[in-house]
Amino acid sequence: MKVIVAGEAKEFKEGLTIAELIELEEVETPQYVTVSVNDEFVESGAFGSATLSDGDSVEFLYFMGGGR
Amino acid sequence: MITISAKDYENLVAHAKSELPNEACGLIAGTITENNKEIQKVYLLTNIDKSNEHFSLDPKEQLASIKDMRANGLSPLGNWHSHPETPSRPSDEDKRLAYDSKASYLILSLMDKDNPVLNSFHIEGNSSTKEELIIK
Repeated sequence: MKVIVAGEAKEFKEGLTIAELIELEEVETPQYVTVSVNDEFVESGAFGSATLSDGDSVEFLYFMGGGR
Repeated sequence: MITISAKDYENLVAHAKSELPNEACGLIAGTITENNKEIQKVYLLTNIDKSNEHFSLDPKEQLASIKDMRANGLSPLGNWHSHPETPSRPSDEDKRLAYDSKASYLILSLMDKDNPVLNSFHIEGNSSTKEELIIK
């Protein structure tokens, strides 16, 4: 199936989970990453169970914050 | 070295002042050539912490900004935030939450509101290095 990752179309196996995608894409510091699928944010606790479908568009967003 | 236009700088300062007493924040995007970065767009995002001591970017606005960068052929360069009452230098929390050593972290101090100070830093682990910043 084809999944669009950060704007780039890529081929993956059917039933790919978000956790598997994070590993395949070698996402750095995944603990700071928020994931959206088709503009909907996915809870980090669901990364292992949420499967992707053909045509899904995934974005990885790094938490950005700080303090005084 | 990183450059920002006077217009973008003024917009950033005006936005940060409008958000006082809270910290303001956003993203920067532009082009990278060898060791030089040129900021071509400053994104003024919402500080969802609504605090004068902390900031967190609004994820929805962050997502929209990333898409806008991509649509306009811009590269993400880093982020910016203001320090309403402290100097323009990375705090311990800024360092702890900085994950990208290649990014530019712009910090605007409004300790003296009539004389804002903007600096750019690279942060790696617990150490930070000031990056030359040109306002042109």
